[in-house]
Amino acid sequence: MGNRTIVPFGPQHPVLPEPIHLDLVLEDETVIEAIPSIGFVHRGLEKLVEKKDFQQYVYVAERICGICSFMHGMGYCMAVENVMDLKLPDRAEFLRTIWAELSRIHSHLLWLGLLADAVGFESLFMHCWRLREEILDLFDMTTGGRVIFSVCKVGGVRKDIDAEKLKKIVEVLSNMDSSLRSITKIFLSDTSIISRMSGVGVLSPEEAFDLGAVGPMARASGIVVDDRLLGYGAYPHVKFEVQTATEGDCYARTKVRINEIFESISIIKQCVSLMPSDTAIDVPVKGNPDGEYFARLEQPRGEVVYYVKGNGTKFLDRMRVRTPTFANLPPLLHTLKGVDLADVPVLVLTIDPCISCTER
Amino acid sequence: MSFFQMAKTVLSSMFKKPATLNYPVKPREYDPIVRGHIEIEIEKCIFCGMCQRKCPTGAIKVERAEKRWAIEPFDCIQCNNCAESCPKDCLHMHNTATPANENRDLIRDARISVDAEDNKDS
Ligand code: SF4
Ligand code: SF4
Repeated sequence: MGNRTIVPFGPQHPVLPEPIHLDLVLEDETVIEAIPSIGFVHRGLEKLVEKKDFQQYVYVAERICGICSFMHGMGYCMAVENVMDLKLPDRAEFLRTIWAELSRIHSHLLWLGLLADAVGFESLFMHCWRLREEILDLFDMTTGGRVIFSVCKVGGVRKDIDAEKLKKIVEVLSNMDSSLRSITKIFLSDTSIISRMSGVGVLSPEEAFDLGAVGPMARASGIVVDDRLLGYGAYPHVKFEVQTATEGDCYARTKVRINEIFESISIIKQCVSLMPSDTAIDVPVKGNPDGEYFARLEQPRGEVVYYVKGNGTKFLDRMRVRTPTFANLPPLLHTLKGVDLADVPVLVLTIDPCISCTER
Repeated sequence: MSFFQMAKTVLSSMFKKPATLNYPVKPREYDPIVRGHIEIEIEKCIFCGMCQRKCPTGAIKVERAEKRWAIEPFDCIQCNNCAESCPKDCLHMHNTATPANENRDLIRDARISVDAEDNKDS
């Protein structure tokens, strides 16, 4: 047995855009335990729900995370709408689905870029973010915001996408296809990338299930979980396959996310072709929420759970978010055991950590 | 597995125009719906205070008696709620960012209606 050393990892680390701290207990170069500490960016957003009325809180919910901002707003709205028994017009559901899937593409491309950066492939990182920029331009054009859209509201959406812009979305996505394929092929077949990822941080299906992994982390271990199958939004109207892999290592998680990008493109194209011609995009909201509800939806990183409890006034009693990164931390700590110190950054990155979400 | 996958992409990029803008020389063009900053047509405003009540961050202050409308532009999160709720349609979202400014107070009190100014003097 070699000497044990403790190496602090984070809260400031080149691969981490956000602060999380891990104490890595090493024996020689091998990690034998990882002790996390979080709480560096806690903002008390759940408490704020008592101060902002339930319609204004959408803007706060959106700011929980800068990457899945739309889906946070959507999750909150879905929860409140269910408490208030609101039935959205179909068009609103389709528009929400399009924005949600565009967010998924942008989030996965961002993550691919960070991954390329973590394995030291600078030019690949640039190319991933170049493609992501095209998606951000679509957001700019359809919602008026690049990152924070402010288009979701309780009872529907605030902006419509007209036929011309829908066509533009499909056009941009179709044009992206060939460069997307050549870029993602590098991740899946380049020797240097594979040697960094293949066989690193293996999570077996049983472990993934027991530790409560969600999203791509669980799917890469062969568990078919996807909240989109629950049938919220426009997902019951479109065909898609849940992307899974069996290896459970970093490579499998990359493969799942890459396949999801193409699946999302297909969902958006279907949504555009099935878009209802009825122009209503919202329903009037009368009264205040009274009751409680759990809403679950699939974010790029996995399942997010929104709990709201209303008391009949315009201020909610309680709002709680369980974000996907929070659920994926235990599997991460488990997979960290036994990996080389040099592999830690890549492994931490493959859960797609979003610490701001986790700490709210 | 293969080597030099990236070489093809890199080579073809050499013959494409840059993906970035040559920024200060060629300014970025924003779509008209982009939310940049709020401006008011103060002549139309009736100081009803609707925008103040709808604003999620409390960036707008309306003083009815004094006929004064003020915004703290750096508190504004560009949600467009005020513009949508204004009964007189006098708030407009512009697609350029809030201009940089050293003195916050200067902007805050820059929009006092002409009426209010006159009343003060008299
Ligand atoms: S809502 Fe419109 S009219 Fe009323 S105070 Fe605000 S800007 Fe003036
Ligand atoms: S855009 Fe939103 S945050 Fe800004 S002043 Fe209007 S209501 Fe307030």
